[in-house]
Amino acid sequence: MSNLEDLYREIILDHYRNPRNRGELVTPPAHKTEGFNPLCGDEITVFIQVEGDTLVDIKIAGHGCSISQSSASLMSAAVKGKSLEEVRATINTFKQLMTVHEATLDNEAEPEPVNLRALGELAALQGVVKFPVRIKCATLSWNTLTQGLDEL
Amino acid sequence: MSLFIPSQVRSDIPLLHREVHDRPIVYLDSAATALTPRIVIESMSRYYETYHSNVHRAVYVTAAEATDAYEEARVAVGRFINAAHPADEIIFTHGTTEAFNLLAKSWGRANLTSSDAIVLTEMEHHANLVPWFQLRDEIGFEIRFLRVTDDYRLDLSTLNELLTGAKLLSVTGMSNVLGTINPVAELAAAAHRHGALIAVDGAQSVAHGVTNVQGLDIDFLAFGAHKMLGPTGIGALWVRRELLASMPPFLGGGGMIADVSLDGFSAASGLSKYEAGTPPIAEAVGFATAVHYLESLGMEAIAAYESQLTSSLLTGLATNFADRIRVIGPTTMEARGSVVSFDVDGVHPHDVAQVLDQFGVCVRPGHHCAKPLMKRFGLAATARASFGPYSDQSDIDTLMIALEDAVRLFA
Repeated sequence: MSNLEDLYREIILDHYRNPRNRGELVTPPAHKTEGFNPLCGDEITVFIQVEGDTLVDIKIAGHGCSISQSSASLMSAAVKGKSLEEVRATINTFKQLMTVHEATLDNEAEPEPVNLRALGELAALQGVVKFPVRIKCATLSWNTLTQGLDEL
Repeated sequence: MSLFIPSQVRSDIPLLHREVHDRPIVYLDSAATALTPRIVIESMSRYYETYHSNVHRAVYVTAAEATDAYEEARVAVGRFINAAHPADEIIFTHGTTEAFNLLAKSWGRANLTSSDAIVLTEMEHHANLVPWFQLRDEIGFEIRFLRVTDDYRLDLSTLNELLTGAKLLSVTGMSNVLGTINPVAELAAAAHRHGALIAVDGAQSVAHGVTNVQGLDIDFLAFGAHKMLGPTGIGALWVRRELLASMPPFLGGGGMIADVSLDGFSAASGLSKYEAGTPPIAEAVGFATAVHYLESLGMEAIAAYESQLTSSLLTGLATNFADRIRVIGPTTMEARGSVVSFDVDGVHPHDVAQVLDQFGVCVRPGHHCAKPLMKRFGLAATARASFGPYSDQSDIDTLMIALEDAVRLFA
């Protein structure tokens, strides 16, 4: 069962049971973006409020599995209050974490090691890459956030 | 005479001899695709090894053998559902989905106008919804819906009203989510009283009990081989013979023509006009072997055995998880098939399925291509366990142990 414990780490279960930054923001001034995983029916809504160069607030609504919900919660905690540049950097690092597996599978050159320390609690999601079917669950909220930032 | 011995059926299925995660596989996803007996696989190998040729229009030995096998498969499949004219009423398709597309694009386009109406139900698979939506968007008829009651049955109180002026009722024989078996004979009688035809989605029902299209007095039946212990890539649309005259060709190409010139084409007569291109010949051979295999087990015996398993599963869920697991579907065996959807309180179906996978247990999480039905019950997804004739009580026992673990992990 070690694999399963890799996936469902305590931090992930905690964020699933007690999601951070759950709710909605008034639009405008906040910006709202919806993301869907048509394969499983998961839906996520990311509300972001940007002032100047800073993502001052973020709320998450919608429903999904423990991986998509905890990933969204962890994401919200990681990016709230950060500069947009830092937010983009965190997104890139996270996406790198989620693509390690595919690169390894293809026997390509070892990718650059991901700076897990920079990810903080987000590193708890690294077990997801051993379950390729679930990577889409973990990345749903991040792709939705990226879309939201691009729309600003 | 039935030769149905569950342990024998189990040993006939090669895939059940493998392990996943160092455990014997526990296959509970037959509603998605049923496992294939060795003799079905061997019959397809025999085609490729000894008489692999294209069908029709050839005089050499193997081509004649392939043509015979293909047409014999049509008859075997037709007999399996008690078609009155088995050689003349089975159109081979890629599967149930293509059968509905054929029905909509051939019969529908030729017979429906913007002032017509058809009746579908809220519990349909997308295969019996989207082709009709596509056609409606093209020619603009009305689509009416039979709704689903709180106890997971079709609400028949509106049936007569909905059928008034309708040209077609298209309904599933058995819900792929709820397990509900619909009263097809009663629905057919009602449709005909109103001058409408009735099409039935047999994808789930055909492999799990006796299907008698004459006894039910229906007009069309769509079904697929791979849910009947046959191969993927082939299915059928059974059409009552008199209706074929009202159905123009479907796809265009080789095999479906009587003549082609630079001015145009004329369509072949008979079923060929619906089967453009090289058909799935090996799959037809496998399909025929699968229906013969099912017949050798006896459809009544299969239905009784699967009913017993389903009852055991429902009892197990109620006994062990009364406060945590809710069955989305009828909880008694009355008019109920061997598909059991459930919702584990506080655990998303994907997570349920993930934990179960570690025990080698294969169930399906998701909306099961029935999003309107999911919406009806306020769900995004369910986990679904389903049986085949090779399932047994040990599968249910392992499922219970695995569900305990899922509940404990997310407690």
